[in-house]
Amino acid sequence: MPKMNFVSHFEAALIFALFCSIVLGVVSKRTDRERLMYGLRCFAYFMGSVFVIGWLMFLGHR
Amino acid sequence: MANNTAPAEKSSLRAWVPAVALGWLIPGGGHFLLKRSGRGALLLGSVLIMFLLGLMMRGAMFQPQTGDILTTVIYTGGFIGDLCSGLLYLLSIWLGYAQPDVAGHVHDYGTKFLVAAGLLNILAMVDVYEIATGKKD
Repeated sequence: MPKMNFVSHFEAALIFALFCSIVLGVVSKRTDRERLMYGLRCFAYFMGSVFVIGWLMFLGHR
Repeated sequence: MANNTAPAEKSSLRAWVPAVALGWLIPGGGHFLLKRSGRGALLLGSVLIMFLLGLMMRGAMFQPQTGDILTTVIYTGGFIGDLCSGLLYLLSIWLGYAQPDVAGHVHDYGTKFLVAAGLLNILAMVDVYEIATGKKD
């Protein structure tokens, strides 16, 4: 099994958000279009949270 | 009355238990059994990739521990999360994966990826249950 020691915080959060959004989209809603839109919305919320919390931590440590 | 409800309960159990059990063992397996192949493939791919990335980041597997409430919730909850990955978890343990918990953000992310893979599989199992019992189409 290859090691993966090079991943940054942002890359790890991006991968995490991507796959969580896919699953949340697949298991919710009724139609495929609704699932796609919900998955995209979840991904946007995840990434928005990453930026907001990242900036808060950066400003909090100044 | 009891004679009428018992067979109904039995047939209801027969409708969802195999699908949910297969969904636990193989992520997305319950969806494949219920002929939802597209959704099953997406779930299988997502959970499998999350779990493999967790292994590649050398994440630690939780062992159940008791003590104060926080320790119990984190370690026992983490163990249940790991266990919910089904065959992926069992195979990695049987094949000797035993990463100690070490410092470093990559290892820490790996531990979270392993638990998250199991938690996502729980969502998939709930979805299978709802499809099998007719609560969802």
